[in-house]
Amino acid sequence: MVLPRGPRAAFPRCPRRCSSPAMAFTFAAFCYMLALLLTAALIFFAIWHIIAFDELKTDYKNPIDQCNTLNPLVLPEYLIHAFFCVMFLCAAEWLTLGLNMPLLAYHIWRYMSRPVMSGPGLYDPTTIMNADILAYCQKEGWCKLAFYLLAFFYYLYGMIYVLVSS
Amino acid sequence: MSQPGVPSSGGASTGLQVQNGAASSLGSPYVNGPVQNALMSSQVSVSQGYNSQLPGPYPHLMPAKTSLNPVSAQNNYGGSQTVCTLSNYQGPGQTLNRPPMVSNPVTTSLHSGPVPRMPPPTSQIPAATSMPSGSFLAGVNLPPPLNWQYSSPSTGSQTNHCPHPSSQPSISGNTNVTTNHQHVFSGDPSLQNSCLKSGSVPSLVNPPATTFQPGTPLGPPPVKGPPPVRALAPQKSSHSAVLQPSFNSAINQEGGTSNTSNESMVVHNSYDEIEGGGFLATPQLTNKNPKMGRNVGYSYPSLPPGYQNTPLPGTTGMPPSSLNYPSGPLAFNQTPVGANHLTASVHGLSLHPEGLRVINLLQERSMLPTTPLQPPVPNLHEDIQKLNCNPELFRCTLTSIPQTQALLNKAKLPLGLLLHPFKDLVQLPVVTSSTIVRCRSCRTYINPFVSFLDQRRWKCNLCYRVNDVPEEFMYNPLTRVYGEPHRRPEVQNATIEFMAPSEYMLRPPQPPVYLFVFDVSHNAVETGYLNLVCQSLLDNLDLLPGNTRTKIGFITFDSTIHFYSLQEGLSQPQMLIVSDIEDVFIPMPENLLVNLNESKELVQDLLKTLPQMFTKTLETQSALGPALQAAFKLMSPTGGRISVFQTQLPNLGVGALKPREEPNQRSSAKEIHLTPSTDFYKKLALDCSGQQVAVDLFLLSGQYSDLASLGCISRYSAGSVYYYPSYHHQHNPVQVQKLQKELHRYLTRKIGFEAVMRIRCTKGLSIHTFHGNFFVRSTDLLSLPNVNPDAGYAVQMSVEENLTDTQLVSFQSALLYTSSKGERRIRVHTLCLPVVSTLNEVFLGADVQAISGLLANMAVDRCITASLSDARDALVNAVIDSLSAYRSLVLSNQQPGLMVPFSLRLFPLFVLALLKQKSFQTGTNTRLDERIFAMCQVKNQPLVYFMLTTHPSLYRVDNLSDEGALNINDRTIPQPPILQLSVEKLSRDGAFLMDAGSVMMLWVGKNCGQNFLNHVLGVQNYASIPQTMTDLPELDTAESARTIAFISWLREQRPFFPILYVIRDESPIKANFLQNMVEDRTESALSYYEFLLHIQQQVNK
Repeated sequence: MVLPRGPRAAFPRCPRRCSSPAMAFTFAAFCYMLALLLTAALIFFAIWHIIAFDELKTDYKNPIDQCNTLNPLVLPEYLIHAFFCVMFLCAAEWLTLGLNMPLLAYHIWRYMSRPVMSGPGLYDPTTIMNADILAYCQKEGWCKLAFYLLAFFYYLYGMIYVLVSS
Repeated sequence: MSQPGVPSSGGASTGLQVQNGAASSLGSPYVNGPVQNALMSSQVSVSQGYNSQLPGPYPHLMPAKTSLNPVSAQNNYGGSQTVCTLSNYQGPGQTLNRPPMVSNPVTTSLHSGPVPRMPPPTSQIPAATSMPSGSFLAGVNLPPPLNWQYSSPSTGSQTNHCPHPSSQPSISGNTNVTTNHQHVFSGDPSLQNSCLKSGSVPSLVNPPATTFQPGTPLGPPPVKGPPPVRALAPQKSSHSAVLQPSFNSAINQEGGTSNTSNESMVVHNSYDEIEGGGFLATPQLTNKNPKMGRNVGYSYPSLPPGYQNTPLPGTTGMPPSSLNYPSGPLAFNQTPVGANHLTASVHGLSLHPEGLRVINLLQERSMLPTTPLQPPVPNLHEDIQKLNCNPELFRCTLTSIPQTQALLNKAKLPLGLLLHPFKDLVQLPVVTSSTIVRCRSCRTYINPFVSFLDQRRWKCNLCYRVNDVPEEFMYNPLTRVYGEPHRRPEVQNATIEFMAPSEYMLRPPQPPVYLFVFDVSHNAVETGYLNLVCQSLLDNLDLLPGNTRTKIGFITFDSTIHFYSLQEGLSQPQMLIVSDIEDVFIPMPENLLVNLNESKELVQDLLKTLPQMFTKTLETQSALGPALQAAFKLMSPTGGRISVFQTQLPNLGVGALKPREEPNQRSSAKEIHLTPSTDFYKKLALDCSGQQVAVDLFLLSGQYSDLASLGCISRYSAGSVYYYPSYHHQHNPVQVQKLQKELHRYLTRKIGFEAVMRIRCTKGLSIHTFHGNFFVRSTDLLSLPNVNPDAGYAVQMSVEENLTDTQLVSFQSALLYTSSKGERRIRVHTLCLPVVSTLNEVFLGADVQAISGLLANMAVDRCITASLSDARDALVNAVIDSLSAYRSLVLSNQQPGLMVPFSLRLFPLFVLALLKQKSFQTGTNTRLDERIFAMCQVKNQPLVYFMLTTHPSLYRVDNLSDEGALNINDRTIPQPPILQLSVEKLSRDGAFLMDAGSVMMLWVGKNCGQNFLNHVLGVQNYASIPQTMTDLPELDTAESARTIAFISWLREQRPFFPILYVIRDESPIKANFLQNMVEDRTESALSYYEFLLHIQQQVNK
C-alpha cells in the first residue's frame, strides 16, 4: 500500500521557488557553506584526536608530548564549533542550531570541568594514561567524528536546500 | 558388571596416572604420585597385583582411553593435560561431595590400583633416574609424555562413557590398549605426538588393543581382576561420578592443551623430562588425599561444573553435576595436567579446610587471628608455589584470577597487584651475564614459570611465543653443568636481579647526586629544624649511598635563593645570593654540586655553620617555587635526588599558594580542598621526572601549607613526602625524635636512580590504573627518577580477553635502575597465579589485606575526582556489593545473618578501619594537611605497613611470658596474642601495646601491676610515669628484657623506626590511642557490630 505523503507534500517550498526561480545567495546559505568548510576542519581535528589517543594506547608516544600537541587544539575546536553555532543563531536556522546545542553544551561542560592547569587545554599527562580516561577520550573522539560527519552531510543538504528554496 | 566398574576404574586410574605422569612430565610438583602412594598403602594388596602384572605403569591408564571415540579422544588429549589443575582445584570442593563417594569402595580401590602400577614403570624408564623423587614413585619418573597419554586416554574414555554408557564395557576391555600408546610416548616425544594423533583416529581405537600388546604386561588384565569386584556395586554411581570428574579434568586439560599444547606437545614432554625431577617430590602431599576428602567439608555449593571452563564441544554434552566433585579422589590423580604449564593444584585450599568455611559474622565475633594475618597461598601446586614470588614483594588481591571480566564483575572485588619492588632483601640472587634472556616479542624476562619445550626452546608464559635458548644460557654457572637451562638461577627464582649490559643504558649511569634545599625563613629558623637536619647529615655523610662519584650540593632560600660554592681549595664555603626570583638562574656553572669525597671538609664546614647563619633573619617570605626551579636547573644535567625542607606555605614567586583551609569545615566531608590549587608543582615534577630528578618533601609546618599542591612535586617525580605537623625543637620533642630517626633512615637507605618499572602480565589481562608516586609514561611503564626501598605501588588490572584457555597467569615487574655504585641493574619479580572459572573459587582466593589496600588507593583517587563522602560510600558499597554477590550467587541456601567466605571474614573490619583512618574519617577535627598526608601514605606505603597503620595490632604486655616465644639468635621473643581493637579488651590493671606501623603506643592502665611499673617502666608508681615517655629503660629484670625484646623485634621487622609513646590516662596522645580502637563506636562512626548490621541490612535487601 502507499503511504500518504503528508508532510512532504505540505512543505512550502514549491510556492516560494515559483516566486523566485533564480537561486539566491542568502546569509543562511553562507552560514551553511561556512559550516561545511569548518566541519571539514573539525573532522580532521577529530581524526587527529583519535589517532593521538591510539598512539598513546599503543605506547608510541610519551603522554607529555601528546598532551602538548593535543591541548592547543582543544580550544580552537570548541571555538570553531561555537562560532558557527552563533552564525546559525544569526541566520535564524533554529533546527540546525538545535542540533548543535547539545554538543555546544557538552563542550562548555567539558571545559569547565577540566583539571587544574595553567595552560589552555583539557588533557593532563599525569592522568591521561588512566585506562578509564583513555577509553573515554577515545570514545569521545569516535562520537565526535560520527557527529561531524553526519553534520557535514546535513550542512550540505541544508546549504543546497537553502540555495534552492530561496 | 565388571565392565562398568572397569571403565570407571580405568577412568579413575587414568586420572591418577595422569597425575603421576603429569608430575613426572612437568617436573611439576604434581603430587599425584604421592597421593597414590597413600592410597596404595591402604589398598596394598590390590595395587600390588596390578603392578606385578603391568610391565609398565602406563598401560593401566590407557584402558580407559580405549573406550573413547577417536575424535573425543583427541579432544581429551588436549583437555587432559590441563585437566589436572582443575581437578586438583576442585579437590576441596569435591571433598564435600565426596563423602557420598567414599561410601563406594570402588573408587578408592581403583585409585589404589593405578598407583601400584605406576611404580613398576619407573624402573623401566631410564629417565626416571634423573628424578630426585623417583625413589618413591616409579610413576613419577615416567616421562611426561606418558602422562599426557594417560590423561588423554582417560579423559577420552570418560567423556565417552558419559554419553554412551553402553560403550564402556567394551572399553574396559580395551583399556589395556591405551597403554601401548603410552609406551610410545614415553619413548619419544615426537613419537608421542604421532601416537596421539593415531589415537584420535577412529581406526586407532581398535589398535589400542594391539598396541596394548607391547604393554603386554599391561595392567588391563590385572585391572579387571581385583578392582572390578569392588567396583561393581558402585559402578553405576561411581560411573557417573567418576566420569564426571574425569570429565572435568578433561576439560581442564583441553584448556591447557588447546592453548599451548597442541603445537608444543613435544616440547612439553621434553620439558618435563628436563625439569621433571625438580618438581616431583612435592606433589605427593596433595594427593594424600584420603584426608583431603575429609577436608572437603566445605562446600562449593554453587560451583559450576568443572567443565564449564572447557570450550570443548564434547564436554558440553556432559551434564554438570555435583557428582563431579564426589569423584574428587579420582580428580586428584588427574591433576598432573599440565603438560606445559605448570598446572595449578588445589593444595592451598585443600590443606586448609578452614579456608572453605562460610562464616556468619554476626555470630562469630572474634575473627581476628591472634597472630599476624598471613596472605593467602595461591592455589597452586606446591612446586610452583615454592618458586612463587614472596607476597611481601608482590601480591594480588585475588589469588585465583577470574577467567573473564564478567566473572570479575560478578564478584565485585577489585583485581589488582600490590608491589613493594625495591624492598630491602636479605637474599637476592644477582646474575651477571652478557645476555639477558627475554622473550623476543613481549620482552618478558625468563622466569620460573616459563616452559621449556626442549633444551633449546622455551615458551614465554606471558605471550606464549616460543623462543630459542641462547647458547650461553645452556651453561649453568651454579652447578657448572652444560645443558641444564632449567636449573639456572633465572628459572629457579621468582625474584632476581640482573646486571644490565650497556644496551640498557640511554646514557652512562649517572653518579649519585644529592641536593638539599632548606627553608631558612624566619619561621623555619624558629622551628630549629636546621640544627637537627645538619647534624644528622653530618653524622650520616659517610653513610650516604654512593661511590667516589657522589655529588652533593646545598641551596637555602627565603625570599631569595642562596647557593653555596664548595669549590675544592676554598677555605670556607662561599655563599651566592640570587635575588631575582622571577627569572631564576644558576650563579656559577660549577662547584655548586661538588664531589663529596673531594670537598668533604667544606661540606662539613657548611653543615656546621649553616644553622647559625640565619638565626637573626627577619625574612618571613618563602620562595619555594623559584628555589625548586633553581634546584631543578642545577640537577637537570645529571639527575638525582632533591630533598626539600619546607616549613610554611610558599608565598612568593611562582608556585605561591594561598591558604584555603577552613578550620570550621574540617570535620565535614564536603568542600575540602583535596585537589591542588595550581599545576605549577605538577609541571615542575614532570620536568624533573624527564631529567631523572626526584624531589622528596619534608614538610615541618605548624600551619596549613597546602600539601595537596606541594605534594605534587613529590608525587609525580617519584619522591616521598614526610610530614611533621607542628614541628618545634623544644615544644615538640616527639616530632624531633621522629624526624631524627626518619632522617637517618632516609639518608642511609638504598636508592636507585634513573629507574623505570614495567609491569607485564599474561595476554588477556591489562593494566587499568597505577597507584603510587611516579609518572606513568605508557600503558605499562612507570618512570621513577628515584626508587627507594620504602615505596609501595598498586596496580589495578582488568581482564580484557577471556582466559578460558589458560591455567595460569603470570605478572612480572621489572625495575631497571642505576644503583648508587653506578651499576645498571634490573630487578625482576614474577608472580604466578591460577585461573579459575567459578565465583566461589574467586572468593576463596581473595586476599583481604590486598583488597583493602587497593580499595584504599582507589578511594583516595575517588576523593580527588569526586569527594570524600563519595569515596566513603564507595568503600562501604565495595563490602556490600561483594558480600551480596557472594550471598546471592555462591550460597545456595539463604541463611539469615551476614554470611561471608572465610577469606573475606575480615573485609568488613578492614573497611571500617579504613573509614576511621585519617584519610577518610569524618566528624573529627582532622587538619587538611594531615588528611592529605595520610592519603599520600596510602598511595606510597607498602601494603604491610599500610595495614598496620589502618588496623594496628594490640598486644597485652604486662604479663608477657616465654610461652610460645620465638627464639632468634639466642634471643627469646615473647609472642603475645593480638587483641581486637576494642576498649572492651583493655583493662585498667594491664598495659597494652598498640603497634600502628610508624608509631607504637604503650597504654598503661591506672591499676597496672606494681610489678610492671617497677620492672619494666622503672617508675615507682603510676603517677610518676612521665608525661612524655618515649623510651623504656633497660632494667635488669626479666620483665623488662621480655618487653624490650618484643618491642625491638617488632621494630626490626620494618625499615623505619617506630617511636614508642608511653601513655597514661591523662596523656594527650590517649585520644590517638583510642581513635585506633576501630571496633568501638565514636561520635561520628559506627561500631563494628553496628557496621555489620548495616551491611547485613544492605546485603539482604
